[in-house]
Amino acid sequence: MSMADRLNGVARKVPTGAVYLLFLLPAPWFFYLAANGQMGVEPINTLERKYGEMALQLLILGLAITPLRQYLGINLIRFRRAIGLLAFAYVAMHLLVWLVLDVGILSQIWADILKRPYITVGMGGFALMIPLAITSNNMSIRKLGPKWRKLHRLTYGVVLLGALHFLMLSKGFQLEPLIYAALIGGLLLTRLAPPKSMERARST
Amino acid sequence: MANRWKNTLKESDATPESVYLNRRQIMAGLAGLGAIGGAASVGLMSGSKPAVASTDPLEPNTLEEITSYNNFYEFGTGKDDPARYADQMTTSPWTVKVDGMVDRPGDYTFEDIMAKMTIEERIYRFRCVEAWSMVIPWNGFELADLLELAGVQSSAKYIAFETLLRPEEMPGVNFPVLDWPYVEGLRMDEAMHPLTMMATGIYGRDLPNQNGAPLRLVVPWKYGFKSIKSIVGITAMDQEPPTSWNKSQPREYGFYSNVNPEVNHPRWSQASERRIGGGLFAKRVPTLMFNGYEDEVAGLYAGMDLRAHF
Repeated sequence: MSMADRLNGVARKVPTGAVYLLFLLPAPWFFYLAANGQMGVEPINTLERKYGEMALQLLILGLAITPLRQYLGINLIRFRRAIGLLAFAYVAMHLLVWLVLDVGILSQIWADILKRPYITVGMGGFALMIPLAITSNNMSIRKLGPKWRKLHRLTYGVVLLGALHFLMLSKGFQLEPLIYAALIGGLLLTRLAPPKSMERARST
Repeated sequence: MANRWKNTLKESDATPESVYLNRRQIMAGLAGLGAIGGAASVGLMSGSKPAVASTDPLEPNTLEEITSYNNFYEFGTGKDDPARYADQMTTSPWTVKVDGMVDRPGDYTFEDIMAKMTIEERIYRFRCVEAWSMVIPWNGFELADLLELAGVQSSAKYIAFETLLRPEEMPGVNFPVLDWPYVEGLRMDEAMHPLTMMATGIYGRDLPNQNGAPLRLVVPWKYGFKSIKSIVGITAMDQEPPTSWNKSQPREYGFYSNVNPEVNHPRWSQASERRIGGGLFAKRVPTLMFNGYEDEVAGLYAGMDLRAHF
């Protein structure tokens, strides 16, 4: 039995509820740490950043599912909806921390969204995620049919905007946002050149 | 000549460190009783008006806050990187190379300098360009005294500064975040201003490495990045010297970089700031013109368009 088969065997036994639970737990934990002075002396920015990074990591994980199956035969497709919805939840929490705790001044929030390009880009990414989150259920898949697949290609736009948002908010030439951008770019490139035969991927 | 300037912030007398370190708990207790007012309670009492006057008494941040949240990109871009890695930096022996348009150029050791300077305490607001701020009780001397010691010539119009560049002790410089070494500069009248100081300590103890040991510039009316750390070079010149952030992003960081709530950073607002130490639910407070030192320094820029010369 190959490594991929064994992994697939394990993955089949994991209920999706466990994935939701595992990835949601850090959210209240981070908040608790921040509220109790255990996230440094500027907890607002740290919490904001933690939620944002978590969202980007989940988006990357979601993007990796198709190439993992195509190139390595590892099938995690069952968890893709959970990962996508979790990413949306973290983007929403990231946004809430920014709105309520970070800026907190309504006039300044509007000015920032319209005038600050990195915030405009981030808000754009969030807006694109809303129809995806709303249609992440079996009923929508049935109703929309082939249109559902088309709609959910918006994910590519979302990750590009996410990567750009992180690159734009950094001061100076920094390594971390470049790593995220490279991962996202690489995973998107696999979409342009899918493997010649799906059969080959399945038979290994 | 020391002691040209008197603190407008209170706490001018040395206060035992235990009192500083415990203040937040004490204040939190008092705030619960509704017993205090003024700027210090902004983050603690909802509904109270934020501080706007520069004469409001401000509480210095704790030593822990001042030493755990720093920008010193030579040690990494994370706020906790300097606290984690800066102890690798050797600060003794330390030499400052003073050259350019001065009568007495040369390598000044840190001990030489300290022997000739009068150390005083100055409690200054510190406003980062990233829109956070602290209140810091510095120890140090006026830059003007050091420039007098070096004999700056009247033809010199600017002072340039340079930070130590020692890759084997500075993990952050292996990545080109900025064009190393870090350099900064001041116009001569800014450099000679009595508010401008060279800090050598905080809370009466030697300057911690992450705060720019053993000596750094402090220009309280400018954004924090102007207050260059761990200085190894001072040059008097007749032309405006290049400055690191201006070289990196000229559209975002000007030579002057005076704190100005009306001139926003292209990527974020400078109208308000968050005072470090207020916790997760602290509100922003309005940023003051020239960081609250308008009375002292506005005259330096009379007639200048502060939007053009940001």
